[in-house]
Formats: sequence, C-alpha cells, structure tokens
Amino acid sequence: MSPRILGRAGAYLVLLAGAVVSLVPFYWMAVAATHDTADLFRSPPPFMPGGALMDNLSRLQSEHHFGRVVANSLGVAVVYTVLSSLISAMCGYGLAKYRFRGRGVLLGVVLATMMIPMQVLLVPLFQMMANLGWTDTYQAVILPFLANAFGIFLMRQAFLAFPDELIESARIDGAGDLRIFYQVVLPGVRPQLGALVIFTFTSQWNSFIWPLLMLNTEEKFTVPIALNQMIGLSHVDYSGLMLGSFAATLPIMVVFFVFQRQFVAGLLGGAVKG
Amino acid sequence: MAALQTEPAKLESVPVADAPRPRRRRFSLTHWWFTGPATVLFVAFFAYPLAASLYQSFTADQDGATVFVGLRQYRRMFQDPVLAESLVNTALLLVIQVPVMIGLALVLAGVLNASWLRFRGGWRLVYFLPAVTTLVAYSVVFRVLLKTDGGMVNQLLDGIGIGAVDWLNNATWARISLVLSITWRWTGYNAVILLAGLQAIGREQYEAASIDGAGAVTTFVRVIVPQLRPVILFCSITSTIGTLQLFDENYVLTRGGPDNATMTPVLYLYKVGFDQMDFGYAAAIAWVVVLLIGLISLIQFRFLGRGSR
Repeated sequence: MSPRILGRAGAYLVLLAGAVVSLVPFYWMAVAATHDTADLFRSPPPFMPGGALMDNLSRLQSEHHFGRVVANSLGVAVVYTVLSSLISAMCGYGLAKYRFRGRGVLLGVVLATMMIPMQVLLVPLFQMMANLGWTDTYQAVILPFLANAFGIFLMRQAFLAFPDELIESARIDGAGDLRIFYQVVLPGVRPQLGALVIFTFTSQWNSFIWPLLMLNTEEKFTVPIALNQMIGLSHVDYSGLMLGSFAATLPIMVVFFVFQRQFVAGLLGGAVKG
Repeated sequence: MAALQTEPAKLESVPVADAPRPRRRRFSLTHWWFTGPATVLFVAFFAYPLAASLYQSFTADQDGATVFVGLRQYRRMFQDPVLAESLVNTALLLVIQVPVMIGLALVLAGVLNASWLRFRGGWRLVYFLPAVTTLVAYSVVFRVLLKTDGGMVNQLLDGIGIGAVDWLNNATWARISLVLSITWRWTGYNAVILLAGLQAIGREQYEAASIDGAGAVTTFVRVIVPQLRPVILFCSITSTIGTLQLFDENYVLTRGGPDNATMTPVLYLYKVGFDQMDFGYAAAIAWVVVLLIGLISLIQFRFLGRGSR
C-alpha cells in the first residue's frame, strides 16, 4: 500500500473516532430517555432503546409539570425572537441608511455591549427587576436583553449592502418610511434575517443564568431551569433528566438540520470576513 | 417673513447631483422610528446598570445602609483565597484547554478541507452538532456519563482494566471533567470556523507547495496555517472570552466543587452576589473580569494579530 492511501485511511480513522465521540452523548441521551434509572447504571449499560419512555414522560409531567415547562420555554423563546429580531433589524436599518446626530455614538454603544460581558449587569439588573416588582415574571426574563448588539450589527452590515436606489424609487412611488422598511428592505435581506432569527431563538432557548435568577415558581420555569432544579434534588431522577435534556436539545437540533446554512452563518457571525 | 423667503432659495441652491446619497435628510427625525426602541432599551438595560454596577463596586452594605467605601471591595480580592483559586482555575483552562482545543480544531479543519474527502457536509454536520446542544442539557449528560458508580465512562474504564475514576468528586478529576466537557462542545464549532477560513485559501497554494516537494503536513503547517492567522485569532479570542465568562458548565456539572476546584470568577460572583447578597463585592469582581477580558484579548491581538495585514 502506498503511503498516500495509508495517510488517507488514517485521516478517515481520525475523523471517524471524532465523530463517534461527537455523537455518543447524543445517542446515549436518547437511549437513556427510554430506560429506568436503575437500568442506566447497570453493567453493561443499555445501548438499545428500552420501553420506559412513557413512564419517564408521565413522571416528568406529574412531578415537574414538564409539558408546561416546555411550553414556557417555547413561548419565551418565540416572543423574544420576534421582538428582538424586529428591534435589531430596525435599529440596524436606521444605523445603515439614515444619517443623524449621535449615530456614531449609538454604533459605538452597540459595539461596546458586544465586548462587555453581561455578568457585570447581573446585580444591578436583578435589583432593578426586584424594585419594579418584576421578579418571577416573563417580562423580566425577556425585556433586559431584547436589544441584541450582535443582531443589530449583523443587520446593519446586511442593510449597508442594500441598494439605495431601490429605497429611493419606493419613496418616489409614495411609500412611507415604515412601509419601505417592511415591504421593500426587509424582504431583501431575508438570508441574514433568517440567520438572525435562528441565532436569537437558539440563544434564548439555551439561556440559563438570567432566567435562573428571575424565575422562582416551578410552573414558570423554562427547560434549562427545570433541568437544573432536578439535578439539585436529593434523589436524582436520572432517566427523567435524560429525557428532559433530550427534549431541551431536540428543537434546536431540528432547527439546525432544517436551516443548517443559516445556522452556521448566524453563529459564525463576522468571523470569516477578512 | 424674511426667514421664510430665504429658505426655498437655500434649498434650491443645493445642486441635486452634489448630494452624495439621496437619503441625506438632515432635519428629519424619522430614524427614531427605527433606532428608538433599541436606544431606549440600551439606556434602560445596559447604560444604566453598567453605571450602577461601577458605582456599586465602590460601595458596601453596612447595617442595612449602602455606603461609599472607595477601593475596599477591590482590596478585599487580594485576601480572598476562593477568588484566587477561581483565577488559577481560569488560568489553567486558558493555558491548557484553549490551545489544545484550537489545535485539535485546526487538525480537524485541515482533514475536513482535504480535496479527496468524501461527504464533507456530513462530517461537518456531525462535528458541529455538540455546539448546538443546550448548555445545561450537555452538562447534565456529562454528569450522568461521568457518574462514579455505574456511569458509562467508568464502566468502560473498568472494562479495559484501568478501573473507575471519581470524576466529579476529586479536585483534579473534576477539573479534567470540566476540560473534557468544554472541549467536547466547542472543538467542532471552532473547526467549522477554521474550515470556512481554509476554504477561502486558494487550491493553487496547495498545488504550488506540492510541486515544490512539500508533503501534506508540511504544506499545512508552513503554508496554510500562517495565512489562517486572523481566523485563529478570532477563535482564540472568542474561546478566551468564553473561558473567562464560564458559568453554565461548571455550575451544572460540579457547582464549582469539590472544594472550589472548578470555581470560576463568574460562578463566584454569582454566589457572592446572590447567595451571600454581597452586591458591592460581586460588582467589583465583575469589573475585574471585564478588565481581564479586555487585557487578555489585547495581548492576544498584539501577539497573534502581528503580521496579518
């Protein structure tokens, strides 16, 4: 065998090993969700789906309101995504296509928020929400992080490339500023908007530290917070946890498989430009 | 009246062709329709809390009242063994985990970019998958996989005769568990970014190097990697920032334990702020994290950014 063939076989072997490492936790999460907790830690561990899925599901539902929790997560993520994407797109458009006093300052603030970690804001934001009486409400979870710097920047870049002539001709046709935005400009940046929507949904769905601080009532928990609470219990329901983790990961995986291209574009952001 | 008469003349005096962009509207406030909501949100939920937290870091709670104490909270940090330990942990992650991960990602990206590779899209998908997992969910899965009694990893180690390891309750092994789980999640993500960078480098460079007699590995190390520097810089800066802000993983995996072996500054400030309700000290720690992020990013930028462009 020539060294070239050997090299390629080796490379494939490395790739395959990496792929197994990548996939095993997913596979095992799915398998474990269908077994009793006792089964999970027997020797050898189960590698094929078992028959306890419905038991685990009904236990999650009766003990942790899991249906409600998933609905909470979906609701919060959808509302956040719609509002945040819209606000980001609008602000990005204003920054890209209007000239006004303070534009440089606003752009500077946007860039600064991307660099300053949100942890600095945790304590004052927490006190602010407490003073407003908003703790344990969804507006406290959603509102503080609605203006998303990354989203604004992404949309600004997209709008900068949008031709002024199209906007101008719509204006000559008598369309107002808002109508131009919704009917002419926004459809023109659909790919970037798609990337933004996916990025925004994912980040809210996964969001942990802020909802953890805000939500206290079990019925209001989002999926990550419910999972975290289950770990803290004195008797940990491992198979329930695995089913819950699977449920937490599934929507994002579906979004990922369907919109792979936009997903990667959204996560990579401006990484590969120059 | 005079003012009214001069205005039209002024407007007419501007030649249409002279306007650089048709959308210049000096006196209009229409932009507020678009930038208004975000601006209000930034002022309320970014600018104000940022200023509040800076102020807070110079205050302390004394007998129920908030008093100004100057730099006392910052001085406290020098005598805080837990904070010191959290910084050492972070430094260990930065020095060991980040370079290993980026090295691995670079190798993966190089293989994924090979011209003879089949199913590139499929491989990329598989490697990117961990980055898609919900943070809390993957930490939960690692907790279960690494469980001391009967966890899958320990069964495997037992099976090949190495014997079980107390992954999450022994200081050293807990750190290793944290490294393993972070590496599992982020290596593929970085590899995909690096791959995108590699694909921007022309094929002819590989051919030229191969004509000059360079092997695949030499070509990669000597010709390709240097050109990839800006992308590597991006990966290492984002990984560094992520490491300095680490919270979700160690909070779920080990709660910072055992004995603060996996404590990180952000988890510590969370505990100081919300378990001990010591807001001033938490704010001061947060600002030190900000300064560290700025400083280390700057150093990396100087070091790796040198020579590019």
